[in-house]
Amino acid sequence: MFESITRNLGDALGSIARGRLTESNIRDGMGKVRQALLEADVNYDVAKAFTQRVTEQAVGEKVLKALRPAEQIVGIVYQELVSLMGPVDHSLAIRRGELSVIMMCGLQGAGKTTTCGKLARMLKEQGNKPMLVAADLQRPAAIEQLRVIGEQIGVPVYWEEAARSNPVQVCVNARKEARAHDCNVLILDTAGRLHVDDALMKELMEVDNKLMPDQALLVCDAMTGQDAVNSAKVFNDALELDGVILTKLDGDTRGGAALSVKAVTGVPIKFIGVGEQLDRLEKFHPDRMAQRILGQGDVATLLETA
Amino acid sequence: MGLFDNLKSALKKTKDVLRTDVRDLLRSGEILDEAKLEEFYRGLITTDMGVAAATEVVETLRKEFGGRTVVPDKIWEVVRTQLKTILLGESGTGWDRANPIGPLNIAATGPTVILVSGVNGVGKTTSIAKLARLLHGSGRKVLLAAGDTFRAAAVEQLTMWSKRIGCDIVTKPPKSDPASVAFEGCDQAVARGADFAIIDTAGRLQTQQNLMSELQKIHRVIAKRIEGAPHESLLVLDATTGQNGLSQASKFSEAAGCTGIILTKLDGTAKGGVVIAIRQKMGIPVKYIGVGEQLDDLQVFSADDFVNALFDDV
Ligand SMILES: Nc1nc2c(ncn2[C@@H]2O[C@H](COP(=O)(O)OP(=O)(O)OP(=O)(O)O)[C@@H](O)[C@H]2O)c(=O)[nH]1
Ligand SMILES: Nc1nc2c(ncn2[C@@H]2O[C@H](COP(=O)(O)OP(=O)(O)OP(=O)(O)O)[C@@H](O)[C@H]2O)c(=O)[nH]1
Ligand SMILES: [Mg+2]
Ligand SMILES: [Mg+2]
Repeated sequence: MFESITRNLGDALGSIARGRLTESNIRDGMGKVRQALLEADVNYDVAKAFTQRVTEQAVGEKVLKALRPAEQIVGIVYQELVSLMGPVDHSLAIRRGELSVIMMCGLQGAGKTTTCGKLARMLKEQGNKPMLVAADLQRPAAIEQLRVIGEQIGVPVYWEEAARSNPVQVCVNARKEARAHDCNVLILDTAGRLHVDDALMKELMEVDNKLMPDQALLVCDAMTGQDAVNSAKVFNDALELDGVILTKLDGDTRGGAALSVKAVTGVPIKFIGVGEQLDRLEKFHPDRMAQRILGQGDVATLLETA
Repeated sequence: MGLFDNLKSALKKTKDVLRTDVRDLLRSGEILDEAKLEEFYRGLITTDMGVAAATEVVETLRKEFGGRTVVPDKIWEVVRTQLKTILLGESGTGWDRANPIGPLNIAATGPTVILVSGVNGVGKTTSIAKLARLLHGSGRKVLLAAGDTFRAAAVEQLTMWSKRIGCDIVTKPPKSDPASVAFEGCDQAVARGADFAIIDTAGRLQTQQNLMSELQKIHRVIAKRIEGAPHESLLVLDATTGQNGLSQASKFSEAAGCTGIILTKLDGTAKGGVVIAIRQKMGIPVKYIGVGEQLDDLQVFSADDFVNALFDDV
């Protein structure tokens, strides 16, 4: 499947490289770049805007007169992708001696609970005292899942009997509990919800209002296609997200969702999940992501041979 | 200003973003020009059907209607037929809604074994519960096997569902060999005279060689225990999935010989169009769709409804 993307980009840039560089063959090539982006699941509108901007740059006089124009164009495509997905921001704004609150949210099955565990583990290693909060009272065994994870990493989990509580109450009580236990980070694991589910979005905003999280993080599955922008936009409008965490990047997805979500919300991507184990969390690097979207080593190769 | 005005406006904004009703594009009497075809292409891409399938549809339109006056009904007829033909495959027939068990291959004698697999978090366990409810509700004896011995509390999750449904379940301690759970599930299904055994598996990415071999082993063990099993190997696919769905379908088929797809989370705004590309390239039919988190939120797949929904405003 990837071959086609590589071939596409290769063709695109090849046709630019061969013969004379004209505005029309640049546009032609850029059409193929757009197709490659679509095949990598970059949102249509984002891909279109992106290629338009790059085309404008590319047909600029500087490029046309450059010594090796094709090389320059590949460079522009790559650089634009990198700068669109940046700047890097890995901060979680944790304050020592005070209680910081991190709230995770996202669609069903995106990886919220697992990522809560990964963050808790990372923060603990950095010398913090995190506490996990089981605020998903909805999915069968969601509380049990978080408790198992807490045990695995030696981090306390606050939970209440699902039948006798609600998410807001759990979070409010957890805050008291965290203070009593001298914890400095509270990580809220909320239930998965659809962005079009009115009632559940309201519930989430209520937690947001009561707890005033320092970080509201959207957990987004990297395999998401064109719909990524729709959900990200609603979560951001409702909560003013501080960051995005992309999960399941250990597979072979091109991860176009990264570009789409960043372009549409402007919210920085902070971390990526690269496995089910709780140590599989990495900082997000726009340059690596750009290479991935365009086809791993391919860009480097094209840059060399263009 | 209430607390939730924010949300209302947020939702309203999405509705604007999502106003991709392709039908709005084609008004009677206008000329179907390149700009309109491109807008149409955009609408198709937005469903996640992929560049190849979208290009094919647009090609057809260009050939048949390009440069001519738009008669919307005619155009829609052609598009709908083309997509439905892909989705229904050679037989050209779909499933009967009135017979919710119809899509399943049933064993001639003894228990019908259904193996369920897919990548992480797509909705395997929940879909199994829904399917069990469907079968249990129609008077069949169902037994579940908690073959995800890896993920935290996966066994508890399926156990809770089995209790709600009131069906049997076979479990083993965490980290047990999933193939042995599957074997035990088949064994018990025979011993207890169950009509159906449904086997849950851990989520795995299709690129994880060892885990895909594990799935292959589960499949093999089932086949050894009961002849002709698994009678149904269902791949669960999340409707929000983009083009990676193709790679999922092809690699899971290699390991587990997928006979059908359950397409989940269609209650969101994602269209799940990648199943069109999957059917086109690999021939795997969609059998059920998931439209919510509750037990009754499973429906028999209808190509008609699906294709209509592709072009629906949200
Ligand atoms: N391969 C891989 N799997 C992941 C990653 N992150 C999470 N998962 C898996 O994805 C599945 C869903 O993860 P959860 O953490 O339960 O997701 P969730 O968002 O909490 O799900 P709900 O609470 O049901 O909405 C599990 O099987 C996880 O092990 C990742 O980075 N890579
Ligand atoms: N909205 C919606 N949510 C669903 C649907 N099907 C499943 N879910 C939710 O998706 C999340 C993941 O479902 P699971 O059944 O745990 O998924 P899984 O594939 O078994 O996950 P792993 O075993 O961790 O790989 C849960 O929160 C489910 O409630 C659906 O059709 N619609
Ligand atoms: Mg969860
Ligand atoms: Mg499961």
